[in-house]
Amino acid sequence: MKLNDEQQRMLDGSEGETMAKVMKTLVMYGETFGAERMVKVTNLHGHLVTSFGLSMMGAVQDLMDELIRNHALSRQSFSVDPRPMDPNVPANLLQKAVFQYMYSKQKPYEKQLEQLGLMRRDAFTCACYFDEVGNKPQEGDILSWAESSAVVYANSVLGARCNRNSGIIELFGSIAGYVPEFGLLTDEGRKASWIIEVKTSKKPEAQLLGSAIGQKVMEDVPYIKGLDQWIGTELNAGACDYLKDMGAATASNGAVGLYHVDHLTPEAVRLGESLINEDAKTFVIDDAVLEETKANYPMIWADPNASPKLAFIGCPHLSFTQLNDWTTRITEALKAEGRTKVAVPTVVTTAPAVAEKFRETEAYQKLKDTGAVLSSICALMYMNNPLCGKMPVITCSNKLRTYTTARYYTEAELLEIITKGGIRS
Amino acid sequence: MKTFKGRPVVPGSVTAPALVTRQGFNTLASFQKALMFGDKTAKCSDQNNPDLFGKPMAGKALCLPQTIGSTTGGMVLYSACAMERQPAALLFSGPIDSLAAAGAILAGVWSEHPMPTIDSLGEEFLQAVQEGDTITVKEDGTVTIA
Repeated sequence: MKLNDEQQRMLDGSEGETMAKVMKTLVMYGETFGAERMVKVTNLHGHLVTSFGLSMMGAVQDLMDELIRNHALSRQSFSVDPRPMDPNVPANLLQKAVFQYMYSKQKPYEKQLEQLGLMRRDAFTCACYFDEVGNKPQEGDILSWAESSAVVYANSVLGARCNRNSGIIELFGSIAGYVPEFGLLTDEGRKASWIIEVKTSKKPEAQLLGSAIGQKVMEDVPYIKGLDQWIGTELNAGACDYLKDMGAATASNGAVGLYHVDHLTPEAVRLGESLINEDAKTFVIDDAVLEETKANYPMIWADPNASPKLAFIGCPHLSFTQLNDWTTRITEALKAEGRTKVAVPTVVTTAPAVAEKFRETEAYQKLKDTGAVLSSICALMYMNNPLCGKMPVITCSNKLRTYTTARYYTEAELLEIITKGGIRS
Repeated sequence: MKTFKGRPVVPGSVTAPALVTRQGFNTLASFQKALMFGDKTAKCSDQNNPDLFGKPMAGKALCLPQTIGSTTGGMVLYSACAMERQPAALLFSGPIDSLAAAGAILAGVWSEHPMPTIDSLGEEFLQAVQEGDTITVKEDGTVTIA
């Protein structure tokens, strides 16, 4: 890799041994993927995936201490994934005790994040690109982010450029101010090797469509045709929310870092089918494919007929529009059932800044009256508590299904369960 | 005895018994319980991976197609190395993914327990290797199955 003078000086130790190790790591990382140079990180803020002070993370905390001690701090402020705990989310005494043990390093870890460059004390969300949060890159920006759902959104919907970086590597890019240029940072790496033809009889469930795409293309770039007929050709709030949820499923059910949607996403609008490689393969997604995708999810509850003890809505975090929509859907469904409270304890999650805005609306009181809990927790981190993992938890998030024992239902099915009770086979 | 030649991402020499997954290796799901609850043998806790679930990973030559899952993956691999609960080597049939590369490189630069990592060994490697085979890894990326 050819480095410029500033980068070479960093590597040679002009800014200290720790900064030299940061640069050495980035150079080795880039060279592994054939990067020929480093490019400047151009957006205002970074985003880190590691938001949890796990007891197992002593080594990471030691590394961060070394960075802080030797002034190898982030050159840009950053947001971080959601916090792993929230006392408002239902948990019994034993589960709470395990949380305290698991995340015993949370406070000192958050202190380290502040020292390294955390944007704000409440900048904990996986959807940092929401307007309310304020970490929204521009088209063409070069990012040093991790968090698969945020990376795929930034690349696809915002037209920024970011690789699927690991935790720590994304921090190193923010510290150095440079990232190696390869993969999704290059024009060639952003070309599609799959054409996805959506031929469903109705608007496909975002989380199922993303799952089917991710499982088929894995880490490749898909160019999706036929979706604009269902979600339009304008990146309005509804389309962005749909793509957020679909993208998170492509990234977790596969390893997709970028997708293009014909007539909708910025590069597809600008460059059209010239984004498709000549030898691209085609995958048609119809109703049967979506049904098969859902039917093939493994059943990992000990008792498949257990009554759900908890429902999570909002992985990734819900937007302000989605929060309002869910509030309306839950209240109307309860009214139709002649009930006032949800039949299954339900947690609705969003970014802290969105929650703050939502709490000022009448809708918040309506949601509260249903018994649902508004939280900014990371549902995944909650489920990683082994005692929570043993509980029958349901969700409409395909990411949560993939990484935990939570059972997946479509939004309509989940709404029915939490407002009527019982379970669907 | 069969010999394969790959690319050393983090070079090193080691001999260890093989542990094989023919599906993507979910790093966070696999290591989570071992790192959290002090299991020095690092039994795989990914219940979605029938090839590995419940099997000790520490000290094994882990043969795999790629890693999948959370972008915490590299951080988790680094932590496993720093806590000396890592596989003896990571041996990829195809090109390494960015998360695994990050973990292996972080361990190589920042910990005292680097994990030799070889990629691009070919599909035939993953077809040939069986759990329990003795694997020898050399600095130049040569991998021998005995």
